[in-house]
Amino acid sequence: MFYREAGQYKTSYSADMAVFPIWQDRIGIAVILALAFIGVPLIGNDFFTTTVMIPFLVFSLAAIGLNILTGYTGLISLGTAAFMGVGAYACYKMTTIFPNVNIIVLILVSGLFSAAIGVLFGLPSLRIKGFYLAVATLAAQFFLQWAFVRVPWLFNYNASGAIEVPLRSVFGIPITGATASPETRYFVCLVLVVVLTWFASNIVHGRLGRSWMAVRDMDIAAELMGIKLLNAKLLAFAVSSFYCGVAGAMMIFLWYGTAEAADVFSIRLSFTVLFMIIIGGLGSLIGSFFGAAFIASLPTIMKFGLPAIGIPLSGATAEHVTFMLLGALIILFLIVEPHGLARLWQIGKQKLRTWPFPY
Amino acid sequence: MTDATLRPAPNLLANGWVKAALILAAIVAAAMVAAKLDGSGTAYKVFIDPFVQMVELPDLLVQTLWEGLVTGVLYALIALGFVLIFKASGVFNFAQGIMVVFAALTLVGLHEKGVPAFLAVILTLGVMFVLAVTIERMVLRPLVNQPDIILFMATFGITYFLIGFGESVFGGNPKQMIAEQLYLPKGAIDLNILGGRVSLQKIDIAAAVIASIMIAALALFFQYTRIGRALRAVADSHKAALSVGISLNQIWVIVWFTAGIVALITGIMWGARSDVSFALEIVALKALPVLILGGFTSIPGAIVGGLIIGIGEKLGEFYWGPLIGGGIESWLAYFIALGFLLFRPQGLFGDKIIERI
Amino acid sequence: MKKTTIMKGAALGALLAGSALVSPAMAQDSIYVANNAYRTGPFSGSGTPIGDGMRDYFTMLNERDGGIGGVKINFEECETGYDTKKSIECYEQAKSKNTVIYSPWSTGATLAAIPRAHIDKIPILSMAYGLSASADGGQFPWVFIPPLTYWDGASIMVRHMANELGGMDKLKGKKLGLIHLDAPYGKEPIPVLEALAKKYGFEVKLYPVAAADMQNQGSLWLSIRRDRPDYLYNQGWGAMNPTAVKEAIKNGFPIAKLVGVWWAGGDDDARAGGPEAKGYKSLNFNAAGSNFPVIQDILKHVVDKGKSLAPKEKVGENLYNRGVYNSMLVAEAIANAQKISGKKVVTGEDVRRGLETLNITEARLKELGMAGFANAVKIACADHSGHNKAYVAEWDGTKWTQKGDWMDPLKDEVRPLIEAAAKDYAEKNAGWPKRAEACEKSS
Repeated sequence: MFYREAGQYKTSYSADMAVFPIWQDRIGIAVILALAFIGVPLIGNDFFTTTVMIPFLVFSLAAIGLNILTGYTGLISLGTAAFMGVGAYACYKMTTIFPNVNIIVLILVSGLFSAAIGVLFGLPSLRIKGFYLAVATLAAQFFLQWAFVRVPWLFNYNASGAIEVPLRSVFGIPITGATASPETRYFVCLVLVVVLTWFASNIVHGRLGRSWMAVRDMDIAAELMGIKLLNAKLLAFAVSSFYCGVAGAMMIFLWYGTAEAADVFSIRLSFTVLFMIIIGGLGSLIGSFFGAAFIASLPTIMKFGLPAIGIPLSGATAEHVTFMLLGALIILFLIVEPHGLARLWQIGKQKLRTWPFPY
Repeated sequence: MTDATLRPAPNLLANGWVKAALILAAIVAAAMVAAKLDGSGTAYKVFIDPFVQMVELPDLLVQTLWEGLVTGVLYALIALGFVLIFKASGVFNFAQGIMVVFAALTLVGLHEKGVPAFLAVILTLGVMFVLAVTIERMVLRPLVNQPDIILFMATFGITYFLIGFGESVFGGNPKQMIAEQLYLPKGAIDLNILGGRVSLQKIDIAAAVIASIMIAALALFFQYTRIGRALRAVADSHKAALSVGISLNQIWVIVWFTAGIVALITGIMWGARSDVSFALEIVALKALPVLILGGFTSIPGAIVGGLIIGIGEKLGEFYWGPLIGGGIESWLAYFIALGFLLFRPQGLFGDKIIERI
Repeated sequence: MKKTTIMKGAALGALLAGSALVSPAMAQDSIYVANNAYRTGPFSGSGTPIGDGMRDYFTMLNERDGGIGGVKINFEECETGYDTKKSIECYEQAKSKNTVIYSPWSTGATLAAIPRAHIDKIPILSMAYGLSASADGGQFPWVFIPPLTYWDGASIMVRHMANELGGMDKLKGKKLGLIHLDAPYGKEPIPVLEALAKKYGFEVKLYPVAAADMQNQGSLWLSIRRDRPDYLYNQGWGAMNPTAVKEAIKNGFPIAKLVGVWWAGGDDDARAGGPEAKGYKSLNFNAAGSNFPVIQDILKHVVDKGKSLAPKEKVGENLYNRGVYNSMLVAEAIANAQKISGKKVVTGEDVRRGLETLNITEARLKELGMAGFANAVKIACADHSGHNKAYVAEWDGTKWTQKGDWMDPLKDEVRPLIEAAAKDYAEKNAGWPKRAEACEKSS
């Protein structure tokens, strides 16, 4: 009744191809953004902001990064965590070398280092395909993780061997370091994620995105149609690693604070991000957000939320139940909707269009 | 006569193996030259010194090779579980690692409850069978005809579930494998060869023997039994197999059960070498380069891949690791696999990838 | 379909609301003590007995004495699975519930908590783990690392070596190997061992074990066979330890020369080696066994009443007792805080002061039923670890026994390194707060 495109005529191709062609969609996105910018800081307390919202945003960005590579270009990567780690370490080194540069700029620039490393490890993708490509990215994962521990220059020869995030302010407001308030960190994350998602949306709907999808659907056919595989695949690696790198830098600087980074960016994280995009929906930006919410936030919410609403579960049992429930939910969702939560979302929208008089 | 002269000379470079050999030879030659020219001695340490060590201390070389061989066999065992399932159902079963842990824990847990060792083995097999049936009913059957990545993802679900389930039933404490009760040998055979002591653990020998027997048995099973033939038919084509009246569901249960048996044996062997705990799950990741090296669909590939990775990483860690601070074992396996893949993108024994438009 | 979706949505909404409402504990008649534990994950083998010990001691205090100073202790365990992400969540929960102390129970969690705790004013008790540099109270007023640091531990290892060889001068030309987990935790002792090696003329060889290869140490032990170190120090954790003990036996390394850090001294670690593991050593600062009044009280008030998670035969094992020891430190800090502040229900700030003036004498230990269970612990304003004594324990095939006397660490060597490292930390973490908290007069 409220959600239909009847009467909204398009007079140009660009209007027809717009990401949000219907005005209801535009209202919807505005409401979500308003909620994110105003609602969450108003309602949520520190606990909610730091343990649910910030992780959600960071993982969403990482999931978008992996989705560009795996969902849009069809190249499986298990090295996401390592590329995130490159971003974190690059950012750390840069804060040491350029202490006066705006930290947000540094977080974005650190993505470029990650992109460079990503291209390097993406080279074998021209020859190796499918699950076999996973080994190339696993090589990146384990090698880089080893380097994070073994090259003391990367962590400034700290005795603790960890990235220690210094205090950095922008316009006098502390952004990173222990004195930064959760709200500030949340806002910085949110702005970065919104801007980068908008960028990603433009990339995947544009010429480059379409060439990626052609490569995904069949790379030989794409090549015959004049798409340069070398460029397309390596660009996918570069853009994907850029997003992962920024997510990694955000993870350490805006969420963890100080962390034993080699332990954080382990293979488990790579798998986690992969879960997110598969559950959320391959080749869908909105799916990346759904996946991140499901995989990263659900266990946290279950662990702390269940006791709060009166279902008492203690320590280890809660953890076991969380594990079992998450496993069962993954299987259940795959059975109900193998194309991920994004597809459910689409179906929901489709149903809404004809509601309340479905034909 | 004329025929032979007319035929173009065979292009040797077209053969991947010859190309690889030539590149290897070039690298060796370059290394020798570099070692001669380099003043600082780094090149000498990298290219010459390890080989000198190998010749001077042959006992350590033999021991390293033996270690590599045994680890390789154990990697191959884990990889075998993957291959069995991949061949028959096209599922890349990530849960194999946790199945190893789960099987071993069930065995030890049952024995702790007072069940005699061999009865415990039989009961564990029963549990693995129930698991196979459950997975087939709850996961595989509803997901039939879905893309590979979805099934792959579903096995992640299984992994999570089994971790939670296993920990809540057996607890997280590491447990001792009941090696003695199962009459697995203990101790070592010390050999004096080449002027040094080489010690071969009896349990390692047993592992190698049992693994070989099992692989042989599986090969025979696949080759000569009715079910084995059905399995191979399913591996070739699901549709064709269905059309001649093979029950896919039944085959899947059998395959997952077989993988469960393999998991149990792997669990016993790894457990006897260190102990049984959830940390074993991490070791299972090492099966990935093995699989990729050997090819997902080949049982001999899993074995040869396991041996190459096992021996390669031990040699690398032992002779070259100290040069860059050690601990390179964690990634060396993947680079070895990557090196092979660049020459054979489908793995050593994998089915050749033919792409059509 | 529709209905289930709505129900799912409703359930999720309730959950979300629930987690947003994790509100500060309102009850003022109890003291909230947050404690991390890891009964799941790859390190659960070590984490479970420790968690049981910590929990049982507080249950016992509540049952026997009605808490501390008449105030019930609201002890809550937060499961981390030894994962930094989850431990950050646990920290935030502890903070939101106004905990008076926070025990992170992993090096990664400690590192992540240190900067936050200085802002949130929550004292951290990292009992003989975490960042060695945090023993400098001048730079880290909110972090406590009693009874000693990893750096002290490494120096005790060197002293043990010298004792067996017959004097510090005999160390010259010897080789000490360090097997360590390839992570910040494992690498902690390296700077101290290298400094001591330089001074006493011995050689340090490093044998890193990647976390993925904890149970796969074959090639590492071949290197040990090649290098033939005189002693081995094992800074390992979890599944790495039993594997190391087994490999040492397998490779014919004299087991008596293998000494683990205190975290490598679990009963399960040594038991894995079977009868040949007899003679395996580890550093320790608490006694194993159940022949102490305090453990008997726990058995009587907690275990026999079915209020413990630990099976009875595990009570009194080395790591269980270490958990008890950790809780004892927390309880003593709270008791001391009550004494200083004169309040019944103390705050985090009071407990910080309580920790800073903590002085558990032999007489006090006797009162606690811990005579012979532990050695005296004293913490000072500038010295947040106390560099207290430890001893070398030996596995006799079935249990841990004390071998040799309690030994002081080489404080003169370690302390300057700690101060330098603490200064370095403060400099690198730009904006690190200067210590504003005044020292107590009594200390």
